[in-house]
Amino acid sequence: MTAGGGCGAPDQNASVDVGSETVISGRVVSAGTPVAAAYVRLLDASGEFTAEVPTGDGGNFRFFVKPGDWTLRALSTAGQGEQRVSAAHGLNEVDLPVA
Amino acid sequence: MSRSDVLVDANWAEANLTSPGVVFVEVDEDVSAYDKGHIPGAVKIDWKKDLQDPVRRDFVSKEQFAKLLSERGISNDDTVVLYGGNNNWFAAYAYWYFKVYGHRSVKLLDGGRKKWELESRELSTDVPQRAKASYSAQEPDTSIRAFRDEVLVAINTKNLVDVRSPDEFSGKLLAPAHLPQEQSQVGGHIPSAINVPWSKAANEDGTFKSDGELTSIYSEAGLDAAKDTIAYCRIGERSSHTWFVLREILGNQSVKNYDGSWTEYGSLVGVPVAKGA
Repeated sequence: MTAGGGCGAPDQNASVDVGSETVISGRVVSAGTPVAAAYVRLLDASGEFTAEVPTGDGGNFRFFVKPGDWTLRALSTAGQGEQRVSAAHGLNEVDLPVA
Repeated sequence: MSRSDVLVDANWAEANLTSPGVVFVEVDEDVSAYDKGHIPGAVKIDWKKDLQDPVRRDFVSKEQFAKLLSERGISNDDTVVLYGGNNNWFAAYAYWYFKVYGHRSVKLLDGGRKKWELESRELSTDVPQRAKASYSAQEPDTSIRAFRDEVLVAINTKNLVDVRSPDEFSGKLLAPAHLPQEQSQVGGHIPSAINVPWSKAANEDGTFKSDGELTSIYSEAGLDAAKDTIAYCRIGERSSHTWFVLREILGNQSVKNYDGSWTEYGSLVGVPVAKGA
């Protein structure tokens, strides 16, 4: 954790106990290659901003959410991308392509 | 105060990277971001190690702040340009903190690190060597910092602006959605607070919305311009972003940031708490 007591982004590669949480975990990719330093934002079912994290070296990102419908949006120097996710309890893995 | 006094854009920053009397300072939630690359010539301030007392939950003292800025080579007359990740949350926190200790000329880089990176502007890993300065801090300006007792008195009398996400406001979540939810204090919000998430004030690239857009966002949410205002979030940095909007961009005079925020209020014994939207 880089800022456990803060509102900041935790280590996006750290392991997490998904037993009690609903987690959307994924990777930003451009033509199959991970994109580091992309900005991924989580929007709720009504399109409202909920959270944003930058991706790590492997293009990884992670959000803790309630089960339900979410939209992921990525901005990066390799382009933009958007993806809808229906998150269920536990770990929900997703690739988020940008172009 | 108005927008042009408190914000600079990336073009201005690029043109002034080596201007005498201008010091760029990066402040991030992710304290390793600076080491991976920063605006050329920028110095780093660690929001936790440098700005928080190591024992008590509070600012460092006036003397410690003066020592920190002296060591970083920042003088009282320098214009400090702050920027950081996460849409400038912690840079806005540092801006507010510099103002509490009376620094005269502070500005935020509009869009912060995100816009700079997305525009592929230059980042450097060289750490600048600045000559030590002799900084002298002012007594803390409590006209912009709120403490818990005045927050309690403000219920139903002042504007209380809760800038967390709707799910944190209603009590469904205890932390933003990109963090684990293990905190133990109760969920909810301060009674009579309006909920205007900080993100309403920012564009997708991290820049602030226009004055006209900002004015209507807060008036439509029920902010009474005739009343004093206290902004809060969870630990006081997202609310610094909103404090910056209300006081520094829009020019409302009586706006305080409650940096104790929900982690303090939601742990107090015996205070009223509201749940739901």
